[in-house]
Amino acid sequence: MRFAPSSEPRTLAPLGRRTAQVTANRDLGAYRLVSAHDASGPRDPRPGQFYMLAAEDRWGGEDGRPFVPRAFSFARVREDGTLDFLLEAVGPGTRRLAELEPGEGLWLSGPLGIGFSAAPEGARPLLVGGGIGTAPLVCVQDELGEEAEVLIGFRSSAHAAAAALFAGAPLIATDDGSVGRRGLVTELLRGAMDRTERAAVFACGPAPMLEAVRALCAERDVPAQLALESGMACGYGACFGCVVPTRGGYVRLCVDGPVLDAADLESALVPGAGH
Amino acid sequence: MDLCGVQLRGPVLNGSGTYDAIAARRTFGDALLEPESFPFDAFVSKTITLEPRQGNPPPRLWESPEGLINSIGLPNKGLEGFLRADLPLLAELPVPLIVSVMGFSRDELAHLAAAVGEAAAVERVRAATEKPVIVKLTPTAADPAAVAAAAERSGADAVSLVNTLKGMALDPRTRRPWLGGRTGGLSGPAIRPVALEQVATVAARVRVPVIGMGGIASGRDAREFLDAGAACVAVGTESFRDPSAGLRIAREFGVISRQERGFSLAETVR
Repeated sequence: MRFAPSSEPRTLAPLGRRTAQVTANRDLGAYRLVSAHDASGPRDPRPGQFYMLAAEDRWGGEDGRPFVPRAFSFARVREDGTLDFLLEAVGPGTRRLAELEPGEGLWLSGPLGIGFSAAPEGARPLLVGGGIGTAPLVCVQDELGEEAEVLIGFRSSAHAAAAALFAGAPLIATDDGSVGRRGLVTELLRGAMDRTERAAVFACGPAPMLEAVRALCAERDVPAQLALESGMACGYGACFGCVVPTRGGYVRLCVDGPVLDAADLESALVPGAGH
Repeated sequence: MDLCGVQLRGPVLNGSGTYDAIAARRTFGDALLEPESFPFDAFVSKTITLEPRQGNPPPRLWESPEGLINSIGLPNKGLEGFLRADLPLLAELPVPLIVSVMGFSRDELAHLAAAVGEAAAVERVRAATEKPVIVKLTPTAADPAAVAAAAERSGADAVSLVNTLKGMALDPRTRRPWLGGRTGGLSGPAIRPVALEQVATVAARVRVPVIGMGGIASGRDAREFLDAGAACVAVGTESFRDPSAGLRIAREFGVISRQERGFSLAETVR
């Protein structure tokens, strides 16, 4: 089954790169939650859209990296234009972003790409997230409210601290069983599908998780939207670097995604994702 | 300014394949079409081939110090798709259009050049179109100036250089080539000194205008390429970091030029 949106869920980006002011950088277990005031940006980015981020100062450390900006879906946008980004320091780019201090400048362009479409009439939204990929589901939940059921999986209790971003009581799975149920989030999804008559899945997470979600939804003929990840240089279709294979050939994830209909994918195991 | 008889408002172009104006319009909206917003003084299309191409398998990018290695593989809709779907949209841009074509044979190249209306291979292209012909040179030739001179003799109206330098990156986990295409092209400030030398050498050898590129990221960089003999410059990788890099570089370049004019006027008066 497909989502078949009536129009492309995309808010246009202001031209070019602008500077947002970092307002907070909070500890969230294994993650950081960086907030920046995007004074001149649109207040209505669509959940699932993303921004290209770079530190205004010291972007390009001693070894010349990071060089290009890094792509992040926003977790939340506030009325004054403050954007929240969830990140984990895993490489030179995320390390620099993770150490941003309030008052520093954050280069940003966006919102970019296509976000999530509304669920088909009468279907119950199931939000399925893994690790850092839970971020774009926070604003999906903000938009859908209580009708959405949140199912999220993490490596450890330190990572599961990100569950605090969600309202209510999301169902949690951890690899080590330290929080919630031991196991994979797809097991939670299987259970939720069993007790939901008509479901529509919104998912974001590591490629193997997304592939498991895709296969499960295909098996049960449940419509699913997957927010994928791929290495990007530009974020607006210029470099042709972030393509992923779909049934219709390669698509640029930055302009034709990052949210794709699962029905368009043979597999969500995108080469080079998560690197 | 004048480039091959075409009037340009300034000297900053984009490198082919580094800016998709159609995708940028989907992202930024019609504001992109305002002359003061469009980042370049002439727009160079992504390279078109006769047949459609999917491009190379991903992954296609690797970040290296002050640079980027790409293995894109010229994905494009092919000549027919370009003429039908893209050309009408590119005609709406507020600046002159330069169409980039690549042929796998002399006949194919001539056919493409004739079809877009616009050396031994160059001679065929020359005969096929009334439009100015710009020949893009590879930096990996043993003697790029000799290649540039041959293009000029064959009737090229301008030459442009440099293309990316061949490079490779290994996946640290598998210790095998990271890029789906195995090797790729290195671009960005990492290659700027190499590009500057080739532009200077070629400009000293030919009379036709030289479009210089390779790691230009600021007005000062643009000034250097012009000082080295380029007539125009093109911005590529910097547009990935900043979608309006072309405008910023033109602005910075304008400030430098005005300062220099002020300085030389002061010298003259004294």
